[in-house]
Amino acid sequence: MDLYEYQGRDLFERHGLPVLAGGVATTPEEARAIAERLGGRVVVKAQVKVGGRGKAGGVKLAEGAEETVARATDILGMDIKGHTVHKVMITVTADVAEEYYFSYLLDRANRTFLCIASVAGGMDIEQVAAETPDKVVKAPIDANTGVDEAKAREIVAAAAFPAEVADQVVDIAVKLWQAFVAEDATLVEVNPLAKNADGKLLLLDAKVTLDENAGFRHPDHEALVDQASVDPLEQAAKSKDLNYVKLDGEVGIIGNGAGLVMSTLDVVAYAGERHGGVKPANFLDIGGGASAAVMANGLEIVLSDPSVKSVFVNVFGGITACDEVANGIIQALGLLEQRGEKVTKPLVVRLDGNNAEAGRAILDGANNPLVQRVDTMDGAAERAAELAAAGV
Amino acid sequence: MAIWLTKDSKVIVQGMTGSEGSKHTRRMLAAGTNVVGGVNPRKAGQTVDFDGTELPVFASVADAMKETGADVTVIFVPPQFTKGAVVEAIDAGIDLAVVITEGVPVHDTAAFWAYNVAKGERTRIIGPNCPGIASPGASNAGIIPADITGTGRIGLVSKSGTLTYQMMYELRDIGFSTCVGIGGDPIIGTTHIDALAAFEADPETDAIVMIGEIGGDAEERAAEFIKAHVTKPVVGYIAGFTAPPGKTMGHAGAIISGSAGTAEAKKEALEAVGVKVGKTPTETAKLMREIMSAG
Repeated sequence: MDLYEYQGRDLFERHGLPVLAGGVATTPEEARAIAERLGGRVVVKAQVKVGGRGKAGGVKLAEGAEETVARATDILGMDIKGHTVHKVMITVTADVAEEYYFSYLLDRANRTFLCIASVAGGMDIEQVAAETPDKVVKAPIDANTGVDEAKAREIVAAAAFPAEVADQVVDIAVKLWQAFVAEDATLVEVNPLAKNADGKLLLLDAKVTLDENAGFRHPDHEALVDQASVDPLEQAAKSKDLNYVKLDGEVGIIGNGAGLVMSTLDVVAYAGERHGGVKPANFLDIGGGASAAVMANGLEIVLSDPSVKSVFVNVFGGITACDEVANGIIQALGLLEQRGEKVTKPLVVRLDGNNAEAGRAILDGANNPLVQRVDTMDGAAERAAELAAAGV
Repeated sequence: MAIWLTKDSKVIVQGMTGSEGSKHTRRMLAAGTNVVGGVNPRKAGQTVDFDGTELPVFASVADAMKETGADVTVIFVPPQFTKGAVVEAIDAGIDLAVVITEGVPVHDTAAFWAYNVAKGERTRIIGPNCPGIASPGASNAGIIPADITGTGRIGLVSKSGTLTYQMMYELRDIGFSTCVGIGGDPIIGTTHIDALAAFEADPETDAIVMIGEIGGDAEERAAEFIKAHVTKPVVGYIAGFTAPPGKTMGHAGAIISGSAGTAEAKKEALEAVGVKVGKTPTETAKLMREIMSAG
């Protein structure tokens, strides 16, 4: 889960890291209250999870409460690269003398964590690494020994931070590592880590990603989810423990296992190229050992997307038994009708693996005109795309 | 022979008395796996009956190894206990630990992996969040269904469970030496490269299917490894060509970040080193079939 800048700033503050005084507002009036509290000159920053907001006009200076209200009014509701601004962060300003870069992240390739540090901050670190690789230090961090003062001093020396800020960087490096571990983050990035005119270091931006698998250790992380930006169907699916991602196409997809569902999306997209360019409408993994009730929940979510014109149920029974899946499909159709949501979209079903014969027999025996059984994954994808194209 | 798991492997189950653990212990036994016991400190000294096979429960992995000579452990404990279970297996010095558990925090996986490295990588870890490893006709450690295919001379390594099953099914008439599901998490113990190296060295494997998916650069690194070290034919399949950037597709590791981790980049990297990459699982199976029939 990626955090907004203001959430990252709050997280840094909770872990004793130096950030600018500020607050977050969803209305111009809230912005006024914050400006009055802070006093003087402030910066108003659009809260969106996308880069380039400064160039898009999403970051403005304001002098006093009236100007803050005006700037907040401009920025709230603005569209930045397809993201609507619902919140602005307002902070006091910093008199920046120098800008550095500091981050901790997951290093998948080396199965460990990595610290990236540079005295050339304030710009895209990938660009700095490409143009002046000697200015970027990448230090692997052992997950069990972590970053203590000695390790932090090593990093600071390797990155050649100026002597007058070295102690401050060491302190920040240790605290930031503690925050990274304590919060189960997979990324904490500070760019810029700024030195102000008084020589004091401040974390001026916050990019934080948290590990959703660690949610059981962090009941407080749930509150960081931005409900307003979550797709309503994704939210409904989550409440039923289904793994659903909304996409742009017309063919609803239900499958078991993340890899097989991803593969199903691809196969449907290829088939769609032959049928008017129809595409997959969603990713939905019903998981292993799915019951009739799970299938009903899945079908309900997929069918409640109005752009869906046909549905492809693609199951390879490993642990999941295909006869249960088949029963699930038939029961789900009945269940949805009882709920007054009579299904009118065609379903193409492909069953293989555990108890596939029995599953196919159940579908054939049910003789439901909406359900079409196809033997192969590629053939079923073709049929589902064809039906979606005909129904568009 | 196969790789890492043979008919001589003696398997224990950490979490054998739990619902998933007991269900799959029964299935592993039915597949002919030599399961010799389980681990649960609170039930040590008891036995559990699996359709007539009485399996002892030990207090620790070390005890189980001492009493039974076990060399493989399959771990089914819940995510919050997984790190402890793997560390225990490493401390006991077991050869192979197969971590089935899904939803393990990545800090925990990074910690037990770093611990394993510090201990000299005595233990091979497969997973977490994986279906396990099966050498058809010999042994089955994990949740891969045993009845999809029989023994043969294809090696399979895959990030995904059901795609593994699909590929085994497509090529069931030819059969497999060993199928390894390495798991879909951002940090995993055994990589595509480890499996490729083992299959290259295995006299009972003639050709290799490698299944990848979006996220990270494991497939690109595997391509470099194939170029330098693999002489046996390899066919590849990558899932997630149509996945949108920034969205996690089911597996915690399956996410495209910026331009990195795309299916297209992985396919290109593999094709550049002579690996034939199928557009669909069925087409991939067809490519392997051509290699095996020419062989």
